[in-house]
Amino acid sequence: MSARPYITCRELIDMIAAYLDHELPPQAEADLQRHLVVCVSCVAYLAMYEKTILACRATARYDEKLAEAAPEELVTAILAVLRS
Amino acid sequence: MSVLPIDEAVLVSRLREKDDEAFALLVRTYAGRLLRVARRFLNSEEDARDAVQDAFVSAFRSIGSFKSTSSLATWLHRIVVNSALMRLRTIKRHPEDEDIDDLLPRFAADGHQVAPSVDWPLPADEMIERAETRELVRKLIDQLPETYRTVLIMRDIEEMSTEDTAKALGINGNAVKVRLHRARQALRTLLDRDLRGVGQ
Repeated sequence: MSARPYITCRELIDMIAAYLDHELPPQAEADLQRHLVVCVSCVAYLAMYEKTILACRATARYDEKLAEAAPEELVTAILAVLRS
Repeated sequence: MSVLPIDEAVLVSRLREKDDEAFALLVRTYAGRLLRVARRFLNSEEDARDAVQDAFVSAFRSIGSFKSTSSLATWLHRIVVNSALMRLRTIKRHPEDEDIDDLLPRFAADGHQVAPSVDWPLPADEMIERAETRELVRKLIDQLPETYRTVLIMRDIEEMSTEDTAKALGINGNAVKVRLHRARQALRTLLDRDLRGVGQ
């Protein structure tokens, strides 16, 4: 039986970034996971936080797939500066 | 994977010899990609194009210091980010624009969330597949205070390391982590308001 008190939602949310980066000390990670077992609100918050990160990453990755060439006038301007 | 039509080491060697055709190839190969990066930082198309031009001038001048331990693409990416950051610093900001507290979660005196969180219905993969979600994310990132927007773009969009981000911004790694966490929380709040159609 654990005598440690549950961490609060505030403490959990403060640790989310470190948790996702696997940077939490083992005891802090255990505390966080124990809170998640009993708090559906923090489970939801964590899920949305992760989706926010994934959505950011997706914006750039989809941009790269478009592989749009630079406007010709920009290329011409850069080359003119480099040759001057 | 290299997008160059010739071997990168050969191109670098020709660039160091100030070969005109080599620079033309470098610009034609990477200008589009670098312009997309600059546009994420700078709202004005003119500023973004100027940042790309500055980046190539800087690359031209410093090709002698290029180390083949990184790729040309990575090296140019770092240069254009720095160029965009320099332009951003010239844009005047108001201190009140930096307040982000209203977008952070609220807690009761006992440390629990004031309003329970409810996850968005779409799974992550379906959410990011939608072009409208990605467009919304771009729009909402632009609403973040500049200090937070910049760190979010560098870490979560450009996927730069904490160390590289800290170095480019002249702050320490812990400050990057704090700003990034607050930026993500603020963006989550903005997304939540938009996806649920409340708080606008």
